Amino acid sequence: MSAGMTITEKLLAKAAGKDSVRPGEFVTCELDLVLANDITAPIAIEQFGNMGGTQVFDRDKVVLVADHSTPNKDIKTAQIVKQMREFAREQGLTNYYEGAGSGIEHIILPDKGLVLPGDVVIGADSHTCTYGALGAFSTGVGSSDAGAAMATGETWFRVPATLKFVIAGELGKWVGGKDIILYTIGKIGVDGALYRAMEFAGSAIENLPMAGRFTVCNMAIEAGGKNGIIAPDEKVEEFVKGRAQRAYECLASDTDAEYERVHEWDAGDIEPQVSFPHLPENARGISQVGDITIHQAVVGACTNGRLEDLRIAAEVLKGRQVAAGVRCIIIPGSQEIHLQATREGLVETFLEAGCMVSTPTCGPCLGGHMGVLAEGEKAIATTNRNFVGRMGHPESEIYLSSPALAAASAVAGKICSPDEL
Amino acid sequence: MNSKRGENMISKGKVHKYGDHVDTDAIIPARYLMTTDPDELASHCMEGIDTEFVSRAEPGDIIVAGKNFGCGSSREHAPIAIKAAGVSCVIAASFARIFYRNSFNIGLPIIEQAEAAAAIDDGDEVEVDFTDGLIRDLTTGDEWRFAALTGPVAELIEAGGLVNLTRSRLGAGG
Repeated sequence: MSAGMTITEKLLAKAAGKDSVRPGEFVTCELDLVLANDITAPIAIEQFGNMGGTQVFDRDKVVLVADHSTPNKDIKTAQIVKQMREFAREQGLTNYYEGAGSGIEHIILPDKGLVLPGDVVIGADSHTCTYGALGAFSTGVGSSDAGAAMATGETWFRVPATLKFVIAGELGKWVGGKDIILYTIGKIGVDGALYRAMEFAGSAIENLPMAGRFTVCNMAIEAGGKNGIIAPDEKVEEFVKGRAQRAYECLASDTDAEYERVHEWDAGDIEPQVSFPHLPENARGISQVGDITIHQAVVGACTNGRLEDLRIAAEVLKGRQVAAGVRCIIIPGSQEIHLQATREGLVETFLEAGCMVSTPTCGPCLGGHMGVLAEGEKAIATTNRNFVGRMGHPESEIYLSSPALAAASAVAGKICSPDEL
Repeated sequence: MNSKRGENMISKGKVHKYGDHVDTDAIIPARYLMTTDPDELASHCMEGIDTEFVSRAEPGDIIVAGKNFGCGSSREHAPIAIKAAGVSCVIAASFARIFYRNSFNIGLPIIEQAEAAAAIDDGDEVEVDFTDGLIRDLTTGDEWRFAALTGPVAELIEAGGLVNLTRSRLGAGG
């Protein structure tokens, strides 16, 4: 008698044309989407040519997004984005994004309905694991894998064992998806899920809005995970409705699926989290943070640049002022989100509070532009990495948090919860 | 550089030792990613945690590190920079999965061997025999075995990287 399969195993089996797969097995999967960005596409395009590629396998399924350093921050960036833009035009890609209708890749792909439940997706960006929130298998790869997949439409995987995280109970005020994932990484470490699938379940996940679910899956890679995944439910159906232009399939883990390990967290134990420099695993509850003066606060990135994130930041900033000596940078994740935030009055709230509101970009998250730190500076950021030098000078520091804490800290000039304002 | 001794593929060089969780921002900071030129990338290799690496490194040198080497971003620029800097092999207790895959794709030899990674010291002279699956610390005389790889990774090594493998699959010829 064979045991059941996890959702990750089912997704890989389906794309490999098999009835079942087991952890450790190698499979070749047909891909529903192949993604690259302005950092990774240039090498992927070179390799595509080196491999003898002439035409992409499907011009609707190769997606290129210029988001990391755009609007082009310098001449070198302008050159590589031009190369990417020309490749997209030559290949007749239907999904090339820069400027109008664009934004941060992991925000716009779900928003445009390009990734759907049941898909198997690779992207030359480590945070491609974000789409697990839709019930898709999606994982980051390097440029050569992306280049090869652009030509062939397939790639190989070793089926990962699955770690299950059951988060049950009610989340407290100001606690959301970011706090769940920072808490989880704090518990298991930055390699605690190395080569593994991370499946999230439980009532706290079921009650989490889509924005929070994307945040949770986005940071699976920060625990070394191959993919993050949440079984699609009515919230996913609601999200996908009106966006999907093709058929999709919602899968779920069998009740007798085998997990390498099951972790259970009590949602009530999860305080608003702050991850200290220089690893995401250095997570502490806000009550354990102490006195940390900041120079910059950033709300944005593929982790927390969604409309719901901006609404939370605006709720905290409404009628308040950013502290003297603090630069507060708000980065809506897409042109569409920026427009919605403008219509809802969020942008006005931010500007009145003294924040800067940027065009969509990954920018400061990787120390590219739009908020690079100097020696000795400290930032609180809703981004996903706080490695040495990630946001600028090697002697600068990044504290990771939710939008609520980043906004509150901008007002206080030191790391704090909105309750302390 | 890797060389042949008889039929055996050999790496030999001085060790540069690092700790756990060496991330790709440490290997090649994002401010240097606006190029695809391997030599330009190599000129900033390890700059995020070791500004002296480039001036100290000699062809054939070996990087030894703890667990989760190459964690973080998917940037293939990281293994490209290491390879172009002349590093012949990376030995670590474990590798982050995207870095692992990228290394085999571009032909940077990497070995998961936790005992060797823990025991080998900075500055040791180390030899790796890929054919026999043997790591020798020539400074201390210690030896460790490592298993041959199987599956798609073995195919990649056999083909000489993903470019060659995909070329032959696409029927583009040599």
